Amino acid sequence: MSTFLAAAALILLVSICVGLVRVAWGPTPSDRLMAAQLLGTTGIALLLVLAPVIATPALVDVALIFALLAAVAAAAFTRRRGPGQAGP
Amino acid sequence: MTGLDWVAASLIAAGVGFFIAGTIGLLRLPDPLSRLHALTKADNLGLFLVVAGLLVRVREPLLGAKLVLIWILVLGAGATAAHLIAKRAVRGDGEDAL
Repeated sequence: MSTFLAAAALILLVSICVGLVRVAWGPTPSDRLMAAQLLGTTGIALLLVLAPVIATPALVDVALIFALLAAVAAAAFTRRRGPGQAGP
Repeated sequence: MTGLDWVAASLIAAGVGFFIAGTIGLLRLPDPLSRLHALTKADNLGLFLVVAGLLVRVREPLLGAKLVLIWILVLGAGATAAHLIAKRAVRGDGEDAL
């Protein structure tokens, strides 16, 4: 079972690396934020899968913090305005 | 592996499949709104399946509650972020007009 979980974690890590291509390409800032959002969720799953493998229960707490901060990042990004635009 | 392990393994494998589908959708779909559509489904359902697979094997109730809490937080965060990004993209009120 531990081998299977490690393999699942590895596949999730590869998926994160492939998703980074979209962060680099863009083209719009929204695309980059969406990619970062998906990478964050994949990272949470990666930490949860990895926690039993390396017997580190603290990783679940790390995943909890990631989940808490995901919404804050998106909200902060969408409040940002370009030059010469009035705020909401 | 026992029967319970097989259930956990198939749930986690399905969840990983959803994450891969989300990443492929993010790379392949043509415009921002369809990419947003692809990835919000993929990450919410994928994380649910992974959490369900881990819950099957959890012994302590506190750890199980933590896993469910993480899933609920990600659901809320994902829905909020998808709405904010889509509203911004449709109205074109950020730096990026569609």
